[in-house]
Amino acid sequence: MTRTSQWLYGWLLLLPAAVLLALFTHYPVVATFWHSFLSTPKGSRPAVWVGLDNYRQLAEDPIFWQAFVNNFWFALGTIPASIALALLMAVWVNGNLAGRGFLRLAYFTPTVLPMIAVANIWLFFYTPEYGLLEQVLAAFGAGSHNWLGSKSTALACLMVVTVWKEAGFFMIFYLAALQAMSPHLAEAAAIEGASRWHFFRRITFPLLMPTTLFVLVNAVINAFRLVDHVVVMTRGGPDNATALLLYYIYAIGFRFWDSAYAAALTMVLLALLAAAALAQFWFLERKVHYQ
Amino acid sequence: MTHVYASRGVPRTLETIGAWVLGVLWLLPLLYAAWTAFHPAEFSTRFVLTAPLTLENFEKAWAAAPFARYFLNTMALVTTILAAQLVLVTLAAYAFARFEFPGRDILFALVLVQLMVMPDVLIVENYATMTALGLKDTILAIGLPYMASAFGIFLLRQTFKTVPRELDEAARIEGCGPLAVLWKVYVPLARPVYVAYALVSVSYHWNNFLWPLIITNSVESRPLTVGLQVFSSGDQGIDWSIITAATLLTAAPLLLAFLLFQRQFVQSFMRAGIR
Repeated sequence: MTRTSQWLYGWLLLLPAAVLLALFTHYPVVATFWHSFLSTPKGSRPAVWVGLDNYRQLAEDPIFWQAFVNNFWFALGTIPASIALALLMAVWVNGNLAGRGFLRLAYFTPTVLPMIAVANIWLFFYTPEYGLLEQVLAAFGAGSHNWLGSKSTALACLMVVTVWKEAGFFMIFYLAALQAMSPHLAEAAAIEGASRWHFFRRITFPLLMPTTLFVLVNAVINAFRLVDHVVVMTRGGPDNATALLLYYIYAIGFRFWDSAYAAALTMVLLALLAAAALAQFWFLERKVHYQ
Repeated sequence: MTHVYASRGVPRTLETIGAWVLGVLWLLPLLYAAWTAFHPAEFSTRFVLTAPLTLENFEKAWAAAPFARYFLNTMALVTTILAAQLVLVTLAAYAFARFEFPGRDILFALVLVQLMVMPDVLIVENYATMTALGLKDTILAIGLPYMASAFGIFLLRQTFKTVPRELDEAARIEGCGPLAVLWKVYVPLARPVYVAYALVSVSYHWNNFLWPLIITNSVESRPLTVGLQVFSSGDQGIDWSIITAATLLTAAPLLLAFLLFQRQFVQSFMRAGIR
C-alpha cells in the first residue's frame, strides 16, 4: 500500500467516529467554555457577553459551595470505603471459603442493577416507620428517625447506597489481579516465615497498586458523574444537604433553564475531571514500569 | 490448588462468617424488595412466613404505566447504540492500530478525552445541540452522544495490535483489500473482546438515566429507567408493593441474564476494565 493510500484509509476509517466525537464531546466542551462568558438568552433577548459575571455569581452562590463541599464529602465517604470493601471481598472470594460462588454472586449483583432501580429499593429501605431499617432499629428499641429527611443523615444514606452499588464492581478488578499473581510468591514468603498479614501488607498489597490506582480513578469519576440516586431519593434535599455538583448543574440547567450559569458550573466539573485525567496519565506512565 | 496462605482453623471459620454476613447484607435490600413485590400489600412490611405469594403487584404495575412500550424503547435504544458502536469503534480502532497517517497520535489523544469527559456531564450543551438538530425526544438523540465510544476504540485498538502482522500480510497476498482483511482477520480474532464490550455497553445503556431523563419527554421515546421514575414519582401515592414490583420488572432482564451467564458477565467486566 502506498503512503498516500495509507493516509487516506486511516482518515476515512476514522471519519465517522471523529465526526460524532467532535459533535458530542469536543464541541460541547468548547461551547461550554464560551457560553460561560455569555448571558442566558431569554425570549427575544439574545445572549450577550458578560465576562466573568457567571463565575462571580458562582463564587457568591452558597448552594454551589454547598454542592461542592457535599461532593467532596461524598467522594471522601464513598471512595475509600468502596475500595477497601472491594479488596476485602476479592480476597474472600479468591480464598477457599465455603460458598464462594454464592458470595461472588451476592457481591456483584448490585453492579448489574440500574442505579435508578437501586435507588427505589433503598428509598423503600429507608422509609420512615415502614422501612426495613426502621423496623430493625425498632426491634432493638431505637427511636424513629427520618433518615433521608434530615440534614444530618441524608448524604450519608446516599453514600451507603453508592458503596453498596460500587464495591462489587471494583471487586472483580482486584479478583482478576489476585488470580494473575504467581503462587510462588506466597510459597517463597512462607518459607521465609512471613505471617499471613505480613505477606498481604508487604507483597500482595503493593503488587495490587496498579489495580488500586485504576479503581481509584474510576471511583473518582463516578463520584462526580453519578447522580441518579440523588434525583430519585432526595432531589438534592433536605435544604440542599444532598446536592452534588452534577445534580446542581441539572437543576440549574433544566429546572431554572439558566444555561449560562449551568455552563460556568459545568466548567468547574470539567476542571475537576481534567485533574483526574492528569492523575491517570501520570499513573499510566508509572504502570508501564511495573510490567 | 491450596494456597499456602489460605486460612484454616478458627480464622477460617471467622472469615467464612464475616464473608457470609456481608453477602447476606449485600443481598438484603434486593430480597426485601422481592418480598414486598411478591406479597399482598398488607404483608409488604410484615414478615410472616405464611404470607400468600402473589403476582398481582406486577399485573397492577404493568397495567398502570406503558411498561411494554418502555421495554420496547429500551430494547431499540440498546440495540441501536450497540450496532452503531460496533461499526464505528471497529473502523476507528483499525485505523489507529494498523495505519500510518499524519495526526494519528493527536487524534488518538482527542479520542481519549472522552474517557474522562463522558457525555453524562455535557448535558446542557448536548441538549442544545439536539434541539438545534431537531432530534429532541427521540431514541436516536439518547444514543448519539455515546455511539463513538472512546472506551470501545481504546479496547479494540489494544486487541487489534496483538494480531500478528503475518496474518494480515497473508490475507493481503491472497488479494484481500484493507476492509476485507479487517472483516476476515481482525474481527474474528477479537470476538471475546466484542462479547465483553457488548455486555458492558448493553448494561450501561439499559441502566443509564440522567441524559435520557433530560432529552425525552414522551411515552414513545422514554426508556425503562425514565419510565420507572415517572411512574414511581407520579400520582401513584406511595404503594410500595407496586413500585417495588415495577422496579424489579425494570431490572429483571439484566438480572436474569446475569444469573444465567454469571461467569461470562464477570469475565466481560474484568476484560473490559483491564486495559
